[in-house]
Amino acid sequence: MRRFLLRRTLWFALTLWAVITVSFFLMRSVRGGPFSSERSLHPAVEANLEARYHLDWPLWKQYLHYLGPLNLDEQGATWLGGSGEDLWGGVLTGELGPSFKYRDFTVNEIIAQSLPISLALGSVALLWAVLVGGSTGILSSLRPGGRLDLGLRLFATAGVALPNFVIAGALILLFGFQLELLPVAGWGSFSHLVLPGIALGAPFAAYISRLTRTGMLEALAQDHVRTARAKGLPEHLVLSRHTLRGALLPVVSYLGPAAAGILTGSLVIERIFAIPGTGSHFVNSALNRDYTLSMGVTILYTTLVYGLNFLVDLTYTLLDPRIRLEEA
Amino acid sequence: MPVVVAMRGVRSRRSSAALLLLGALALGAWSLVGKARLVRADFVMANGGEVTSLDPARVTGVPEGRVLYALFEGLVVKHPQTLEPLPGMARSWEISEDGRRYTFHLRPEARWSNGDPLFASDVEWSWRRLLHPDTAAEYAYQLWGVVAARAFSHHPRDRGLFLEQGLWVEARADTLRLGLQPPSPELLDGGPPLVLRCTPGESFERGDVLIQVGERELSAPFSGRCRAHNLPPPTGEGPVDPYAADWLLEWEASSDELEQARAQGRLLEGSELEQALWDRVGIRALDEHTLVVDLVHPTPYFLQLTGYYPLFPVHRRSLEEARRRNPKTWRRQWLAPENLVTNGPFALYERRINDRLRLRKNPYYWDADRVAMDTIDILAADNYGTLLNLYLTGEVDWIDRAPPNLVPRLLEREDFRPTPYLGVYFYRVNVTRPPLDDRRVRTALALSIDREAICEKIVKKGEQPNWGLVPHGMPGYRRAEMKHAPRKGGSPRVAFEADCERARALLAEAGFGPGGKELGEIELLYNTSEAHRDIAEVVADGWRRHLGVDARLVNQEWKVYLDTQVQLDYDVSRSSWIADYADPNNFLSVFVGSGENNRTGWSDPAYDEWIERAAREADPARRAELLRAAEEILVRELPILPIYTYVSTNLVKPRLGGFHENVQDDHLPKFLYWMDDEELERSRQARAAGSQVSPGGPDSGLYPPAAARGAER
Repeated sequence: MRRFLLRRTLWFALTLWAVITVSFFLMRSVRGGPFSSERSLHPAVEANLEARYHLDWPLWKQYLHYLGPLNLDEQGATWLGGSGEDLWGGVLTGELGPSFKYRDFTVNEIIAQSLPISLALGSVALLWAVLVGGSTGILSSLRPGGRLDLGLRLFATAGVALPNFVIAGALILLFGFQLELLPVAGWGSFSHLVLPGIALGAPFAAYISRLTRTGMLEALAQDHVRTARAKGLPEHLVLSRHTLRGALLPVVSYLGPAAAGILTGSLVIERIFAIPGTGSHFVNSALNRDYTLSMGVTILYTTLVYGLNFLVDLTYTLLDPRIRLEEA
Repeated sequence: MPVVVAMRGVRSRRSSAALLLLGALALGAWSLVGKARLVRADFVMANGGEVTSLDPARVTGVPEGRVLYALFEGLVVKHPQTLEPLPGMARSWEISEDGRRYTFHLRPEARWSNGDPLFASDVEWSWRRLLHPDTAAEYAYQLWGVVAARAFSHHPRDRGLFLEQGLWVEARADTLRLGLQPPSPELLDGGPPLVLRCTPGESFERGDVLIQVGERELSAPFSGRCRAHNLPPPTGEGPVDPYAADWLLEWEASSDELEQARAQGRLLEGSELEQALWDRVGIRALDEHTLVVDLVHPTPYFLQLTGYYPLFPVHRRSLEEARRRNPKTWRRQWLAPENLVTNGPFALYERRINDRLRLRKNPYYWDADRVAMDTIDILAADNYGTLLNLYLTGEVDWIDRAPPNLVPRLLEREDFRPTPYLGVYFYRVNVTRPPLDDRRVRTALALSIDREAICEKIVKKGEQPNWGLVPHGMPGYRRAEMKHAPRKGGSPRVAFEADCERARALLAEAGFGPGGKELGEIELLYNTSEAHRDIAEVVADGWRRHLGVDARLVNQEWKVYLDTQVQLDYDVSRSSWIADYADPNNFLSVFVGSGENNRTGWSDPAYDEWIERAAREADPARRAELLRAAEEILVRELPILPIYTYVSTNLVKPRLGGFHENVQDDHLPKFLYWMDDEELERSRQARAAGSQVSPGGPDSGLYPPAAARGAER
């Protein structure tokens, strides 16, 4: 277990470094800069601005400054030519730098404000995706080919096929305008989470439903299930103890990356429902050439994907006693 | 058997762990939501995006402006309908006869939102901050019309050496850069010409004459090799425009020589240098409530400018305190809701990134008695559909945009009344590329754009076709238009056919078309957006059908498109320009030869001269004529292809009083209030009769009737 953890941590560090490096240089190679706008800046003003954000430095120095842990600016270590007031900085010290676009905030502050909101929305979406997707999948598998199965599968296929903004539009029309039950957009109460949560989770619920159904059917055909039934075990015990755990393995391995996507927020859903989460930053920061914010959300996403996949691996050992972490 | 028992235990622990996790998630979501709960504000507006900053000196956009107009106040305030300057922080002002000296008398009762009195020195300090290079303000140039302000914006960061009145040197470790202290009036207004006697790359000896200003000669303080930097033409002869050159020369000095200068007291460092330079700038607080501003030229829009957000005063003490407490983060710290001190009708209460700003009435505001709203929410939502949904369900009272595909249906509503405002949609032409370097080709292209079709079939909000650069509705200005068949009276289709006929003749005259040279394909660049694509398609189609000219549409992502435009790597490119203040100069000065926003490669000394002469003209009517003369050149030469004037796209609750459609689409929250039923009925009737609410007393339309009555009492 310890060796597994150590190896995972090392790989994580290496992956993160690679992601930071590649995206740093990719981002800088894109045309246009954070300060370009319809109104060109006077060259002197532009120079002042670039100096403020160290964009006048050579790229390698900007990279080292961004990565840390040494602070290279005028307040950095004296042997680097600074004043020595502030020796450390950069990603390695946990500082993601000031945002270029939202100048009153650091990237850390932006993520600290928006991530919990995305997490809350994501949790709601995930919860309903797992509960609804899982239970309809099980229901479907009980009588494959039956009327219920057909109906649920139709829904699941529609859920996968329909983009979530279409689902969102339909939900807004129904619950916002026709029934006037729920707010159409905004952020400030639990009711604001319901529609976006359903819309965000719908495709996932549909997918989980299909995965569960397939997994269940496969597991039900296993020898040990027949043995259990032959033993005279009540059907609900056969299902819960001998089938479900095996059937959920593919669902769990799907949930890892899906959760990373769902928890970091969705650009489309967050825009439609005006939810101030992280989702919009993924796209907008790149469009704004907000170098630091874009790097920050990339780092966040990498960390989440890695962390959740790690959790999935741990869950495997709980679900299937044959799997050992050392072999992973 | 015991194994099974153990397994059971493990399993129950597992499932309870899973339950716990889910519970924690739900609880977390719940508590987060609980914290986010806010009572609806008196007035909710959508701002179309998260603001870049709340620092007046560091923003340039429309959404930022809306927030700042609520939080801060300048020396003057715009009238909500006519935009005429009304007294704001300044109670009154005088303008000298030559239009170059402004004396502002600040309100003795003016206060900051923490109760501190606001003095003229606060304004001086804030403007100094706006101009200071460390602030790196994009809009620093708004104050460059003030004497010596521009030089202050460019002043050296570390050390400087004064040579003589108006001339100084930036001193770095081994390099000296000679700068000029512009604009000193005698250099500009018919004063002696400035002559440089230095050729780049040339060595010179200490004592050599380097610069000649009229009779005065300036000798090199040190010997060395002259390195050109922003030098005028290589001979180095002839008058130099101090506006065009921030740095004139560079040369090297030994540390001995620098020591010597220090001993003579001519070498100034850091704050000493800054102060010495600031002392020359024409902004001075005479006493607690009097501010005097000296301008280089009479600038008729300067009064308007003092009500424009970059010039809003900021609270010096809280900035300096933040700086002292957090040397690293003070630039953000002072803007946090718990720290921000403002002087406008509202103060910041809460700020959530990408969600909303909650403002509360500022009790210390001088006119607080007549501010009707107690709380205002400014939402950051920007999606067309979302905004409309929020508006239609009553969550938001004012949205500034409407989904383009719904415009025809929205036009039937009483709360959607698009009105022209000071912005233009046009195409830039790269005049450095043949065949577009030929004026006749550009004119032909401009004539065969079907503006009526674009306005009526594509944008559809009542936009007006434009034949010049300056938009319709510019107060006090008669626009110049390119030559075209008259639309009035006859059918626009017939007129358009006549224009196309002339366009074909012009192309033939230039040697293109049937029997002549091949014109080649023209690339039409726009930033990725459906609206721009639709317009570009109409334009390209018109060129193909009426001129036989092929155009290829090219779309680029916004920032790439901007870069392409700046690099002059295009043929024809979509553009727009929106006024900062209501003055034609705002549009026309874009296309002077040295303008950084020109982006067409076009320059015309005659054009630049008209603009320059207009800048010096004190008489408004004559100035307007001079500007018009410049625009005449522009519409003859056509480095731009005019298309149409913008309209506002506000959806506003009919009950909202104090909201007037105006040419700058500026709506100050100070004046907003909710009408009672009676007034709503009256305003509906007035609108149905086709008139704006008729003006009565001096404050009519400015304040809610109830508050106005209250103030009288």
